[in-house]
Amino acid sequence: MTEAPVLSFTERGIYCAAGDFYIDPWRPVDRALITHGHADHARAGHARYMATSAVLPVMRHRLGDINAQPVQYGEVIRIGDAEVSFHPAGHVPGSAQIKVSVAGEIWVASGDYKIENDGLSEAFEPQRCHHFITESTFGLPVFRWQPQHLVAAEINAWWRGCAEAGKTAFLGAYALGKAQRLLQMLEPANGPILTHGAVEATNAVMRKQGINLLPTTQLTKDTDPKAHEGAIVIAPPSALGSTWAKRFGPSESAFASGWMQLRGIRRRRSGDRGFVISDHADWPGLLAAVKATEAENIYVTHGYTDIFARYLGELGLNAQVVPTEFGGEEEGEDAA
Amino acid sequence: MKEFAHLFNAIDQSTRTTVKTNALAEYFSTAPEADRLWTIALFSGRRPKRAVTTTKLREWAAEMAGIPLWLFEESYPVVGDLAETIALVLPETASDTDKGLTYWVEALRALSQKTEEERRAFVEDAWRGLGGTERFVFNKLITGGFRMGVSQKLMTRALSKATGHPETELAHRLMGNWTPEDTSWHRLIEADDPTADASRPYPFYLSYGLEGDVAALGAPSEWRAEWKWDGIRGQLVLREGQYFVWSRGEELMTDRFPELARTLDYVPSGTVFDGELLVWHPLTDSPANFNTLQKRIGRKTVPKKLLTEAPVVLNAYDLLEWQGKDMRDTPFAQRREILERLCHDLPDAAPVRLSPQLEFDTWEALADLRQVARDENAEGVMLKRAQSPYLMGRKKGDWWKWKLDPLTIDAVMIYAQAGHGRRANLFTDFTFAVWNGNDLVPFTKAYSGLTDAEFREITAWVRKNTLQRFGPVRQVTPHHVFEIAFEGIQASPRHKSGVALRFPRMSRWRQDKPLQEANTLDDLNEMLRIYG
Repeated sequence: MTEAPVLSFTERGIYCAAGDFYIDPWRPVDRALITHGHADHARAGHARYMATSAVLPVMRHRLGDINAQPVQYGEVIRIGDAEVSFHPAGHVPGSAQIKVSVAGEIWVASGDYKIENDGLSEAFEPQRCHHFITESTFGLPVFRWQPQHLVAAEINAWWRGCAEAGKTAFLGAYALGKAQRLLQMLEPANGPILTHGAVEATNAVMRKQGINLLPTTQLTKDTDPKAHEGAIVIAPPSALGSTWAKRFGPSESAFASGWMQLRGIRRRRSGDRGFVISDHADWPGLLAAVKATEAENIYVTHGYTDIFARYLGELGLNAQVVPTEFGGEEEGEDAA
Repeated sequence: MKEFAHLFNAIDQSTRTTVKTNALAEYFSTAPEADRLWTIALFSGRRPKRAVTTTKLREWAAEMAGIPLWLFEESYPVVGDLAETIALVLPETASDTDKGLTYWVEALRALSQKTEEERRAFVEDAWRGLGGTERFVFNKLITGGFRMGVSQKLMTRALSKATGHPETELAHRLMGNWTPEDTSWHRLIEADDPTADASRPYPFYLSYGLEGDVAALGAPSEWRAEWKWDGIRGQLVLREGQYFVWSRGEELMTDRFPELARTLDYVPSGTVFDGELLVWHPLTDSPANFNTLQKRIGRKTVPKKLLTEAPVVLNAYDLLEWQGKDMRDTPFAQRREILERLCHDLPDAAPVRLSPQLEFDTWEALADLRQVARDENAEGVMLKRAQSPYLMGRKKGDWWKWKLDPLTIDAVMIYAQAGHGRRANLFTDFTFAVWNGNDLVPFTKAYSGLTDAEFREITAWVRKNTLQRFGPVRQVTPHHVFEIAFEGIQASPRHKSGVALRFPRMSRWRQDKPLQEANTLDDLNEMLRIYG
């Protein structure tokens, strides 16, 4: 066996000694391979970046002028003694699992992923490997998602109800990924679709790269509520209930997140409604993904790591917890 | 149970009281009468006796879900609600059992007569036939604690909307000793005589804590003051030659206080007192501390020895019914006059005593009295407006509690545990310690006093600073110092530290205070010596 493992877990992040690069590092490094554009994965300050061409526009929008090399899904790239390829993770448009092979030993760092095809992101493709690094944001058996079309029906019914009651429907969702996914689930016949500036900025980036999104209008201080009766507004969770939203007259608010599965968390957020929809895998999804890799060594990060790893251990897998700088669990409540 | 589940969703999916009231009113107008009664019963804490232990429920649910029990137990604190955890782990099913709320409640009650196998078969059948919210509601029926954002007040308002009866009258009707099995919708809500039930108490009037300057209340002459006792608030109802003791939580406690029966020897039927239940030392003519009373609260039947050691009296401060007449609209000063005359004639042996009024001409004089409240074993003083009627519920304006400033101590957080319900998945329950040399000795837990933002901040910190996990409890790095406020301190051999605190809570997060400067066990013992 080789002296250094293909991937190791360092205080800067996941490191590949054979190729001298990091995956989603949280401290500045020379070369960073990035799974997707969310802030806890794509950070500023690295000398060189590598990411899928579909993720780069959003990263550039967030991080400015970075030195980045675009890659295509499935394209095999040699870095030092390592062979690297990016594969769809189904999390947000352009998101990837990163596969690293050194001398026939295959590791996959999955970043964040979900199994269900949301119709917007490239659908998750399981990769056979020996070592699989998985997230566990929702790694408890109480988390099970409904198929997307059922959630879409709930959201559209709620929106129609708001419109009939003469109220504006404010739907809170993370601006990058979740907001666009929800947008595509809406029935435009229900009424006008408005967006908060943060959501619209991401929409613009995605439209520019050729992703086809439903037409939206940005809500500004000059927007006339009367001209947009029966509207739905997609906004970051932090904007719900703010003066920004209140100015728009009578409204109802809802929040779309996997955490809305839990009544306590939903009530704590004191919005009216919660829609259970996540860009992370649910419990059956995590188990299915792990199984599909056929890997015997599983590294669990982000979330209910101890519990999920223990359960995988009982299934006969060699599972261990990988500490991350991010505690996980509720950390990403807004993003999940 | 579809209508009830529908009601539950309508209430649960809104934070607005108007939406909840309307949904309830609609339900009270349309649901079958038996279901309505059970709904009132459930929302006012009259839940059926638990027919299955929660231990069994967990085991059965884990088995049916095909997960190990430990995994179920790990999920529970994250969800923060047992009924919900069960509903979420069980396999998805369509809701194809169509039976009403009353059917389920009665079936659950009948379970107490069944064998364990029969109980299990019943519960598992229900789980298979009930999906979504109905399954959750069913679990809630078994586990009890139907708290779902419906206060008694809100329910009364909805009932009033549905029936046209005034809220105050309905609130009174709903008090007391009824179950859906021994009454009917007509008797409870519609029939003419609201005192049909001899035991029925009046809705309690509750005070607010006084904040700011006491002088803002106006002229001292308009106010009456009493000690604020540290006992159990209770109503003593004397009717038809019987006596009934009610707690503020509408629990019938008659059997726990047999010595109060002697009141019937001295006071005529048709009398209702409001007052404080206290253990009274006849020799010193003063109340015992709360710990002594606590020995009595827990006992459903009282051994003779305890009756002699810790005799309970009612310290009466108000008269709600006199000569069979509802006195609540009579001004407080007049109620008090009658009460004083009545108590004046009582012999020392009577288990009812008059809670004395405090003489004061100026607010300064009252403030001085308040300072010595602890010497009287009181928590502070109560202020009541002389001309006020006896209202119901917590209403600002006529009754104020003016408590002593709490005692405080700076302590180190050493364990954290997640909360329940709205606080699920947030660390809100902490154990605190003081220094004993280089060791930290745990001495109290506290759950309240921080803002939501502070709880979120400390939760993130706990996740990153967990040293060890003991089930749901996490041992954390000793680092954060909190000021713990409490109302009293007692010696307690059951606690490692040797003390027990009364009403401990976090009054301040001392982020300014280094770990080493937290208080010591010696400091705590000194407080015990002075205040214990």
